[in-house]
Amino acid sequence: MTTSDAQEEIQKVDSATIETPLKPMQHDRGPFAQAWWFVRRYPVIPIVVLIILVITAIIGPTVAPYERDVGIIGDRHLPILQRSNCIQTDDWNPPYAQEDWVDLDGDGDIDGRDKPFKCDIPRYGLWTEGYHLLGADHVGRDVFSRVLHGARISMQVVLVSLIIGSVIGVSLGMLAGYYGGILDELITRFVDIWYAMPFLMVALIVTLIFGRGLTVLLFVLALIAWTSFVRVVRAEVMVLKSLDYVAAARVNGASDFRILFRHLMPGILNTAIVGGTLNTSGLILAESVLSFVGAGIQPPTPAWGVMTTEGRDYLTIAAHQVLVPSTAIFMVVISLNFLGDWLRDRLDPRLRQID
Amino acid sequence: MFNFLARRFFSSIISVIGATVAIFVLIQFHNDPRELFVPDSGYGISQEQWEALGDRLGLNDPLWKQYVDWVGRTLRGDLGVSLARDRAVTELLRGKIGATVQLAIGSWIFAIGLGIPMGVLAAVKRGSGWDYFGRGLAIVGQAAPPFVTALVAIWIFAVWLEWLPAGGRSPEFNWREYLLPCMALGWGAAASLMRLTRSSMLEVLDSEYIRLARAKGVNWNWVIYKHALRNALIVPVTSALLTFSGWLNGALVVEIVFSWPGIGYEALYRAVNDNDFPLLLGTVFIFILIYLVFATIADIAYTIIDPRVRLGDSAE
Repeated sequence: MTTSDAQEEIQKVDSATIETPLKPMQHDRGPFAQAWWFVRRYPVIPIVVLIILVITAIIGPTVAPYERDVGIIGDRHLPILQRSNCIQTDDWNPPYAQEDWVDLDGDGDIDGRDKPFKCDIPRYGLWTEGYHLLGADHVGRDVFSRVLHGARISMQVVLVSLIIGSVIGVSLGMLAGYYGGILDELITRFVDIWYAMPFLMVALIVTLIFGRGLTVLLFVLALIAWTSFVRVVRAEVMVLKSLDYVAAARVNGASDFRILFRHLMPGILNTAIVGGTLNTSGLILAESVLSFVGAGIQPPTPAWGVMTTEGRDYLTIAAHQVLVPSTAIFMVVISLNFLGDWLRDRLDPRLRQID
Repeated sequence: MFNFLARRFFSSIISVIGATVAIFVLIQFHNDPRELFVPDSGYGISQEQWEALGDRLGLNDPLWKQYVDWVGRTLRGDLGVSLARDRAVTELLRGKIGATVQLAIGSWIFAIGLGIPMGVLAAVKRGSGWDYFGRGLAIVGQAAPPFVTALVAIWIFAVWLEWLPAGGRSPEFNWREYLLPCMALGWGAAASLMRLTRSSMLEVLDSEYIRLARAKGVNWNWVIYKHALRNALIVPVTSALLTFSGWLNGALVVEIVFSWPGIGYEALYRAVNDNDFPLLLGTVFIFILIYLVFATIADIAYTIIDPRVRLGDSAE
């Protein structure tokens, strides 16, 4: 067999391999199939929800159409997508004559409920054209505006407490895992005791003693957040520190501090990020539960948990006061859970669950 | 076994001491409990009365002596007298703990009854409609805080459909009053049980001995229930035992929503609001005790179900 024969042979084999019918590749499928594949593979929807949340937290309070804490009495318990009974006008004699009334609540007839009145409540913008997009609550405050404000409050609270909690948790976990011995035993036992304490009880006692307020709430949430970091980081550091590269660093004369921050920190970063994402949803839940019980953010500040508590008594006549903030909490938590699971599968495949 | 129990016993004692000492110290930062006895109107109370109250409540002793006194009384089964309601703490708690335990048992039955069968179904019929339905339920259950579940349940079943009462608990047993609270409390646990059962069931169904049983020609249903389920249930059962104790936590929220006269609402919540420190200490003590007992039971149950596990290891 000559060289050219051999080359021909190879070419034959190659073309045979190429021509075998394969399953259609991704880019061969239709646009809808591709989009569906993309949505299933990447957490598109959770990321969109979270981006909306972040944007809301940044610009929400500025674009909110109504005042945060001041209600319009005539709008009490107004259902979703109803026009406000309050007319914004510069005229001190608004059209009060009955023949000038218009069908404000859109129920088809003009009755006492459509009586307009002048309101003194300044609006930041009239871009909702006088509509309460998500209805009004029991004192006539616009639920949509309050949800926008609440997004910023929840984000602030959760971010700050997560940062405090992760710094404490990661450093304690690293110390326990790296030094071992009595320090490890102390920290682990402390975490165990911490796990045995029901967190609501701890939170109630702490707020009893230090008063109710934002600082105390941040402190309480940080207390809840740190323990889970300790466990995962400790386990990770215990694996990493026995590897050769750490020994090499030590032989080269690196100090403990340098080994911890220069050599071990990058290794545990993935674990910490995954833990942080999964922790965030827990913190949002905890924040809303605490505000619900009365140990967290105090009314009239519109945290979502507070709004749910306030609407609780009006479930029979205006359920949207409960359902709207609950849905907001639910959407954010579910998105964070999805994103956290995806990140865990991506960054830390050993923890992958069977699906 | 004995070693494990002894270790568990000592670490439990340390936990209880640590928690109660922490609360004792923390309470010192708060207002003087004697202020409860100062009437709102009139001229208040005199210095002598104030001192006498301090003597009676033991507030004039140094802190360590107060704590030792409290431990001594607790060991004799006396948790002190509630300041706000002037009744023995043990008596107050005894009346309330029954309601909470009933609530927890009901939720437990709900969680196990829904979570484990759904998990098995989702694993056996993997990729089918059942699977997606079950996973959807699990995701919803894990993302909804207990008060949202409770309020939505009230909205659907009490306000909208008017099938069940919206809250409260009458002195005589009425099963309709239990349905909504138990569902609200058990929902989250049912979701996590379902996920656990599903993943461990999938793992077992994928193993060699199941394939062998199939190859021998054993009936598929028999394989699932006799061979697979027994092994797959180890993790969910342990987790279920631990959730039971964790419910003392979630129970508070559900008790508030449903005006349920349990230990969380009537004892803990009131004690915190009234600054009633004997009641608070007693409640915290009971809470931690229950948690530790259940954690130990869960560990022991683990060894009974799965003989490969040694208790010494799981304690670490």
